[in-house]
Amino acid sequence: MPSLLDRWQQLKRDRRVVWAAYIALALLLVALPFVTDWAFGRTWVRIAAFVLLYVMLALGLNIVVGYAGLLDLGYVAFFAVGAYFYALLASPHFDVHLPFWLLLPLGAAFACVFGVLLGAPTLRLRGDYLAIVTLGFGEIIRIFLVNLNAPVNITNGPQGINLIDPVRLGDFSLAQTHSLLGASFPAVYNYYYLFLVLTLAVVFVSLRLEDSRIGRAWVAIREDEVAAAATGINTRNVKLLAFAMGASFGGVSGGLFSGFQGFVSPESFTIIESVMILCMVVLGGMGHIPGVILGTVLLVVLPEALRHLGPWQQALFGRVLADPADLRLLVFGLALILVMMLRPSGLWPSSTRRREFAAKGEEARHGKQSVYDAAR
Amino acid sequence: MVRRHLLSVGMGLVAAAFLAACGREAPPPPPASKAEAPKPPPEIVVKLGSVAPLTGPQAHLGKDNDNGARLAVAEINARGLMIGGAKAKFELLSEDDQADPKTGTIVAQKLVDARVAGVIGHLNSGTTIPASKIYNDAGIPQISPSATNPKYTEQGYKGAFRVMANDVQQGKVLGEYAVARLGARKIAIIDDRTAYGQGLADEFEKAAKASGANIVGREYTSDKATDFRAILTNVKARKPDLVFYGGMDAQAGPMVAQMKTLAVKAKFLAGDGAQSPEFIKLAGPAAEGVVASSPGLPLDKMPGGKGFTERYTAKYGQIQIYAPFAYDAAVTLVEAMQKANSTEPAKYLPELARISRQGVTGPIAFDGKGDLRNGPITLYVVKSGKWDALETVGGEAAAPAAAPAAQKK
Amino acid sequence: MDIFLQQLINGLVLGAIYALVALGYTMVYGILGLINFAHGEVVMIGAMVALSVIQMLVASGIALPGPVIAALGLLAAMPVCMALGYGIERVAYRPLRGAPRLAALITAIGMSILLQNAAMIIWGRQYHSFPALLPATPHQFAGATINDLQIFIVLLAAAAMLVLLYLVHRTRLGRAMRATSENPEIAGLMGVNINTVISITFVVGSALAAVAGVMISAYYGVAHYFMGFMLGLKAFTAAVLGGIGNLAGAMLGGLLLGIIESLGAGYIGDLTGGFLGSHYQDVFAFLVLILVLVFRPSGLLGERVAERS
Repeated sequence: MPSLLDRWQQLKRDRRVVWAAYIALALLLVALPFVTDWAFGRTWVRIAAFVLLYVMLALGLNIVVGYAGLLDLGYVAFFAVGAYFYALLASPHFDVHLPFWLLLPLGAAFACVFGVLLGAPTLRLRGDYLAIVTLGFGEIIRIFLVNLNAPVNITNGPQGINLIDPVRLGDFSLAQTHSLLGASFPAVYNYYYLFLVLTLAVVFVSLRLEDSRIGRAWVAIREDEVAAAATGINTRNVKLLAFAMGASFGGVSGGLFSGFQGFVSPESFTIIESVMILCMVVLGGMGHIPGVILGTVLLVVLPEALRHLGPWQQALFGRVLADPADLRLLVFGLALILVMMLRPSGLWPSSTRRREFAAKGEEARHGKQSVYDAAR
Repeated sequence: MVRRHLLSVGMGLVAAAFLAACGREAPPPPPASKAEAPKPPPEIVVKLGSVAPLTGPQAHLGKDNDNGARLAVAEINARGLMIGGAKAKFELLSEDDQADPKTGTIVAQKLVDARVAGVIGHLNSGTTIPASKIYNDAGIPQISPSATNPKYTEQGYKGAFRVMANDVQQGKVLGEYAVARLGARKIAIIDDRTAYGQGLADEFEKAAKASGANIVGREYTSDKATDFRAILTNVKARKPDLVFYGGMDAQAGPMVAQMKTLAVKAKFLAGDGAQSPEFIKLAGPAAEGVVASSPGLPLDKMPGGKGFTERYTAKYGQIQIYAPFAYDAAVTLVEAMQKANSTEPAKYLPELARISRQGVTGPIAFDGKGDLRNGPITLYVVKSGKWDALETVGGEAAAPAAAPAAQKK
Repeated sequence: MDIFLQQLINGLVLGAIYALVALGYTMVYGILGLINFAHGEVVMIGAMVALSVIQMLVASGIALPGPVIAALGLLAAMPVCMALGYGIERVAYRPLRGAPRLAALITAIGMSILLQNAAMIIWGRQYHSFPALLPATPHQFAGATINDLQIFIVLLAAAAMLVLLYLVHRTRLGRAMRATSENPEIAGLMGVNINTVISITFVVGSALAAVAGVMISAYYGVAHYFMGFMLGLKAFTAAVLGGIGNLAGAMLGGLLLGIIESLGAGYIGDLTGGFLGSHYQDVFAFLVLILVLVFRPSGLLGERVAERS
């Protein structure tokens, strides 16, 4: 085992190997729709598209929770704001049909404003108090979406908004099947590629932020707000910036969700959704981009893969012992518990965090106000 | 090192499980149509999809729908059916959409991948509408047993049908009935802010106003609430003589019980969501005299209705609400296939559009949009702990309706 | 005026119900600093177990007075919930001590999903009607109505709080709990068996959850496997409003939340000239919560959190 690890470390230092790995990954991502469609069916292309959508969401929340250490339980609000922004301005509802290239940045900016508005009153709050207030904001946004159909019909209430324009870039509509070089690209593929490009952009921004001045300010606040303030960091602005950045990522993915689904209604934006996105961030290893992506992939794919519990039982025991619909979420809950028990700092935490955690384990035995590590 | 080891084992397991999962699905069986070759094999397998929330707060209704369709398929298989010269064996693929629009589309795509010949579902309008786009793109007909949002059939999709009156149809009947037959002058309306409850309540309000009633209050709750005392106190202050509730039995039951403890002396009227045995159990003695509607004819008056109730109850226990409608949806799909002598969606879809048959819930025929054509709506009252049919409104023109006008655009 | 009084009573009873659940939340939080997301589910399991026992007793045809049957149901539910609470802590939370706090939070969420779906398999997906076993004779009171059961629930919540306050502040065990909550390490050095103290906290909290579950189901006449979720969320909100970790705070927060919701539903329409209605009652409740926390960042009765949390 150690020798293998050493070899791995050596390999990682070799730039050629790193490049080869990146190229292989890129090829895999480009070929993914074709491979999954061929091997498992088009459902999995759709699931892959949703994975990308959620990666954007999870990376957005990662800025707030992972970098800045602000526990946000209402993150889905920004997803909702982005989705409704797109839906209202590109559908027969108001008969406004703005182009996609304009709506996406505007939606991000709009969500960003919301991020600041909702972030501002919470600046003094910490930990669980912050969590409950953000949860409240998330619910407030949802309640307004449900109810703003009277006296003036803005959101069309619980009925939702239908027939939203598909994403269109110039004359190129993503909702149609296109063919290129003899291969045909159905709508789902087109969306997958669009999401892929934007996800890569979000990953890039996240990476750059991580190592920037702001990124380090966020980490400083997460570790110790008082010390951070003492070193001259304007904690108020930096925290607001975290909320704003996170919200704008949510806004982008919301707009994409609208265009992809063609229909939005308030039931897509419940508190459970917020909790799931938080799980994605923490399960993978918060603050660490590859970890967050891994967590997202697992949590989106697992419930879908678990639909096959029936066939598995058939294969294992020769008959179906328990209704797969009964077991699916049960196993999902169990998986959450097991992963956290075996890997408390996430499946793929950053190396610094792993070191910290090893030290924290010691520290916990040396006395803290709480048996759980209160700083996280 | 131990941790690292555990991780690799864990990841390996997950990966293996995942691969196994996908592997299962790998070879999509040949489409049923291939079986219609000149020399017909003795048996073809026809897949039907059934989608409803099987987990979450609405799981009891979802399972009910699923069982309704399951019973239909079991019975059709037991009878044995020849389609296109081959013996057709129907297989029901049940999926859980968790009442979540996103999961709804994933599941829809899954059924399309599995090459189902038709779909029974979904339960909620919120999942039915986005999923209908996917079925439509694949040319697969879909009959919802319970989605009542008018928008579902207004999208211009040829294969989108429902065997349930939509909000407009039912709300209108209820509104007129409240005023004309129950003599309501001052009406308070409560809804649960779901697509179903709000849609029905809005249509009810329009119809009641048009009939000359006065809406004295509009209150709101949620589909997860259990305490209605605050809004009921408001209602009481307005002294209505009728309270209309747009929502499901799980709320309507406790609501009626709480009305009694608060001494609100008004009649209670609700839609099909509350017309269930569950409602009577939850409301207890307060249920007496409550009136609710349900699309279709009374089950025990239908030719196959009584038998249906017995067979269903014997197999799956009590009917919640929509099982008979899911049953009808499944049988209707199969009957259209039989008429077209094909399980190919493109071939039997025209037959489905102009079908005219007697289901267990009433006559089934579709209008140009895919809505139930002039479906009858029956009103029921709770009398000594049981739903008793009061009267049936509309529904004469349904039987001989196979006119060419019935064809979909 | 009678309407106002009625709304106040509605809110008071609703608040007492929130408080019953919130007390359990706050106990666990006080000692572990962990949001025990699964607490609402323990309440639900309590209701379901009691329901099964009650249905069995009713079906057996033994003629017992209603309250006795309900009490027997509760007696059966309590040990089940206590064992469940002990098990949850032992299996899911204890291995995570010293781990990042969010890891424990995710475990709690996983536990909540697990229990919900297990209950769905055991008790089915349908709503169960909970028989009306407890007397609910209505009393007229200045134009408003209140019944025996409602009075009992309010008294029960108050009694539960007083017993817990006594337990925590006047007994040896309570001292051990407070010491553990203050600093588990030093408490351990002082001879407190931290593991036992934490286990007992969970067991007591879960017993209370069983009581809450039975009372809530009896009051509303409904039990369902999903009932714990919203209840847990509301109770958690109430506990935070009052200052989480503080028993009197949980009671105050619960009552306040219930009354705010009730008056909100009752008067938003009048306050806004009919522009907003009772559909904004949760918005109203959350706005009050946010305002309270903006001015008192650690809740109404919460102690000031040290700057270095």
